[in-house]
Amino acid sequence: FADLANVSISEDIPVEGEITVPVGSHTLDEDFSTLDEPVKDTIMRDLKAVGKKFVHVMYPKKSSTLLRDWDLWGPLVLCVSLALMLQGGSADSKDDGGPQFAEVFVIIWFGAVVITLNSKLLGGTISFFQSLCVLGYCVMPLTVAMLVCRLVLLAGSGTVSFIIRLIVVVAMFGWSTLASTAFLADSQPPNRKALVVYPIFLFYFVISWMILTFTPQ
Amino acid sequence: QGGGSAVIDMENMDDTSGSSFEDMGEMHQRMKEEEEEEEGEAGAAEEEDGEFLGMKGLRGQLGRQVADQMWQVGKRQASRAFSLYANIDILRPYFDVEPVQVRARLLESMIPVKMINFPQKIAGELYGPLMLVFTLVAILLHGMKTSDTIIREGTLMGTAIGTCFGYWLGVSSFIYFLAYLCNAQITMVQMLSLLGYGLFGHCITLFITYNIHFHSLFYIFWLVVGGLSTLRMVAVLVSRTVGHTQRLILCGTLAALHMLFLLYLHFAYHKVVEGILDTLEGPNMPPFQRVARDIPVVSNVVLNTTAKAVALPL
Repeated sequence: FADLANVSISEDIPVEGEITVPVGSHTLDEDFSTLDEPVKDTIMRDLKAVGKKFVHVMYPKKSSTLLRDWDLWGPLVLCVSLALMLQGGSADSKDDGGPQFAEVFVIIWFGAVVITLNSKLLGGTISFFQSLCVLGYCVMPLTVAMLVCRLVLLAGSGTVSFIIRLIVVVAMFGWSTLASTAFLADSQPPNRKALVVYPIFLFYFVISWMILTFTPQ
Repeated sequence: QGGGSAVIDMENMDDTSGSSFEDMGEMHQRMKEEEEEEEGEAGAAEEEDGEFLGMKGLRGQLGRQVADQMWQVGKRQASRAFSLYANIDILRPYFDVEPVQVRARLLESMIPVKMINFPQKIAGELYGPLMLVFTLVAILLHGMKTSDTIIREGTLMGTAIGTCFGYWLGVSSFIYFLAYLCNAQITMVQMLSLLGYGLFGHCITLFITYNIHFHSLFYIFWLVVGGLSTLRMVAVLVSRTVGHTQRLILCGTLAALHMLFLLYLHFAYHKVVEGILDTLEGPNMPPFQRVARDIPVVSNVVLNTTAKAVALPL
């Protein structure tokens, strides 16, 4: 207690001051202001964030915006639209319409979870939801490919249409894989990038295969 | 230090400016109120600890209570976090591989070892086997689509995943159980790893024969590639088992299951109609239904074509 013993202050120096910490009233106002703002502002802000992430996927540069503020709205919208577009695509639509929606949904989310766990187990520094966010957003090129395939199939379903669909799907598959690798590869130790990229490749391959073999009845 | 002294150190208190006994009483009152307050919130007490250095005696009791609460809260949080992270950390050492190692092990899985008198080393790694199982699922999907398999109950994806994971986990457990009965020196993780790498041969065979449809080609691949990977697994197991009967049981079972699985995968999803272009342009014939027991009434044309396609290799 030797150094604590002398906390006395000599009498001629008056001790004074304020104990209360002045709380900045502007910070309080900011917190309240997001509660008071109109609903349209809140929705527009979220929509703008989602839209910005879509743009980042279309032009993948090495940026960390997708990683910093993750959200799962975009992946949900993409997954549901892809699953809806893949419906009604086999001989007996009465039986197979239902399971196909659930199938696509489960594949995308289950696959994304497995890839995330794999990258964490390999020593990655990315968090669970950040990885889900990136993988979900990078499904967007494949959704665009599905749209294009449906339009092409409206025109006819011969060999020419198959070749067009094949080219489009392969291109979008490559784009998806490259985009997600650009975002995810930085968080891995450098010599294990190949180990993380391979499951991503398989994941998008399975989705591309489902899109390519879709034949409407 | 500063832990629990019940003696109020009046020296320092007298020296603090402006303090008198009335002030001491006031401060004491304030401390008591704070004590009651702090039973509600244990977190913020640490900063206040440093400020009341002169009042060690009163701080003693308060400090002890606060420290006690903090320890309990911390312990609860730590045990919760540990039980959450321990689940992932259990698997972490099995994923500690480099790409070079994975490639080396993939190639090794096709080369049977010669030295069976010395127990062979098996790497207990789960990354390679897991990726191989998923690759097999992807290849099966590709095969099912090109053969127009329609599954009434369940989905294509569910069947593929169920088949592959069921084989990997189920046969591993079964052989591990047999190994336990036959006194073989192998752990569960090693068995999973061994069988997983044995699926590499299956992946290669199915990938090639789903795209090139010749029965004779398939049989050659079945014997050579399937046989090599089975021989490797069998050799490793034999090197770890003692006794003729035990070796025979273990290796016979594993060889039979492994080879039959490849046969099943090929023929269950095999195309009935020869020619790939037919499937690209949509099914012109009624698709082959997998409801095995009730054979629906089909036209003679389909029956004849089927009989011809099956009769070819015989």
